[in-house]
Amino acid sequence: MNTKTLTIGEVHSSLREGRTTATALAESYLSAIAAHDAEIGSYLTVTRERALAKAAQIDHLVEKGDPLPPLAGVPVGIKDVLMTAGVRTTAGSKFLDKFVAPYDATSVARLESAGAVCLGKLNCDEFAMGSSNENSAFYPVHNPHDTTRVPGGSSGGSAASVAAGFAVATLGSDTGGSIRQPAAFCGVVGVLPTYGRVSRYGLIAFASSLDHVGPLANTVEDAATVLGVISGRDPLDSTSAAAPVPDFAAECGRDVKGLRVGLPKEYFSAGLDTEIRNSIERQVDGLRAAGCEIVEITLPHTEYAIPVYYIVATAEASANLARFDGVRYTSRSTQVKTLADMYRKSRDEGFGAEVKRRILLGTYVLSAGYYDAYYRKAQQVRALLLKDFQQAFTQVDAIVTPVTPTAAFKLGEKTGDPMEMYLSDIYTVTANLVGVPGISVPCGTNQQGLPMGIQVLGRHFDESTVLSLASAIERQQK
Amino acid sequence: MKVTEKDVAYVADLANLELTPDESRHMVDDLNSILGHMDQLNRLDTSGVEPLAELVSSFAPAGSEDFSYAQRADEVRPGLTRENALANAPDTDGTCFRVPKVIER
Repeated sequence: MNTKTLTIGEVHSSLREGRTTATALAESYLSAIAAHDAEIGSYLTVTRERALAKAAQIDHLVEKGDPLPPLAGVPVGIKDVLMTAGVRTTAGSKFLDKFVAPYDATSVARLESAGAVCLGKLNCDEFAMGSSNENSAFYPVHNPHDTTRVPGGSSGGSAASVAAGFAVATLGSDTGGSIRQPAAFCGVVGVLPTYGRVSRYGLIAFASSLDHVGPLANTVEDAATVLGVISGRDPLDSTSAAAPVPDFAAECGRDVKGLRVGLPKEYFSAGLDTEIRNSIERQVDGLRAAGCEIVEITLPHTEYAIPVYYIVATAEASANLARFDGVRYTSRSTQVKTLADMYRKSRDEGFGAEVKRRILLGTYVLSAGYYDAYYRKAQQVRALLLKDFQQAFTQVDAIVTPVTPTAAFKLGEKTGDPMEMYLSDIYTVTANLVGVPGISVPCGTNQQGLPMGIQVLGRHFDESTVLSLASAIERQQK
Repeated sequence: MKVTEKDVAYVADLANLELTPDESRHMVDDLNSILGHMDQLNRLDTSGVEPLAELVSSFAPAGSEDFSYAQRADEVRPGLTRENALANAPDTDGTCFRVPKVIER
């Protein structure tokens, strides 16, 4: 069995036809991790016992001939920003090195109720802050296509583990591109659901108005299946929407003929790698041949998205991370005499440089005298960005763009200059700011053999159109 | 508008962060570079634009079916047990979180 290409559909039929068992499947993935993850670094914690206990349950269902739930026996990994009851949950931070989650995130609970076998917790940038996974407090993740390169971030472990055959599907989180960018760098599919589609309960918060939980997988259909399982209203997250959840996997097969697809000219300006540009043009030609109408559109405030994003995200982060104070969450400095000491020294010892930088920046833009100039201004421009998209979606049904300006860069290449690292998120942050769904789909490799990705964005709660176009693009690769 | 070491010290104090002199110098450079980039927002005239603080109401207007999820009945529901809530604390007395002395004399 090839763990790198196995799909959810194949797991299902192999179990049904008795060609394998959930236990044997879990063992092959656990062996692959044990043998090869040292080179990649995608897992922070392997939950062997939890996996085998779940697999045994599934095998019991198969033996009895009971109907199998949609993810029965499917080996999955969970980004370590999602709570897993009784299992260490670190958010990639030294601060939470010994933190054991007291409950399951809703998305994790829904995956396991649907039969998924959880293999472990995946490496990420500290508190999901980063675009290369080099901000993990434990070890960086290496790109399986070229281990001298980054897998992207912050869900680097979630993307690399799928690409390396260490999970069939994974959960990630996306605040400014953290699912889609690593998916593009690692040659896998990554979905950003509409804001409110998937519960954030049990997600360690980075920036609450921008945070999303979403799936990564080898195929659009697998990502759609996982999305269907984790979507829907959750009383434990007051922003989770009551909107009906369609059969996303079925939507993948929908005909794209007649769909109007917009190409925003601002996303194809200087700075975009030529090979990525050419590949996207080929995909667009394919969509035209399949009957889509291609329309050039404008999203005029695009150039302001990065400053807006890094103001809003850091402002929210500075508030969310105030809870890490040495009282409740495992780490307290031993060098303390007073309460104030305890806050300061615990935070100084527990947080890495990027997290401190973002807390300082967020505190600065919210502080007296600067609030109006930065935070309020950013929220106003955020409203203009939303208007851009609302306007565009009166002309088109979906928008196609690059995911990243370049293919995966080398480890260490951008660590010296935070602003340069931030600019690598240029094509992804806007979707988070306006709350629309999106997907990153592989669209071939460049001359160096590195994966490239294409992004499809859709209207709020219209993942169906996004998935059907993504699926059409995926079929063009064959 | 240039950020100085004094500004960084002030903000670090607000955020309860302690920085070494070396970290502090780096942060001055980083914040100036990042804020310099953010200053391009000033090229846009946003007078009269209502700030967007949250997304839900923009696609599920108040009063609509989908917005009703923001509210729920005010009833008692199961939550974390005391034992669970204290389990990750660095210091407790078994019933409460314990912290160093708050008032110095």
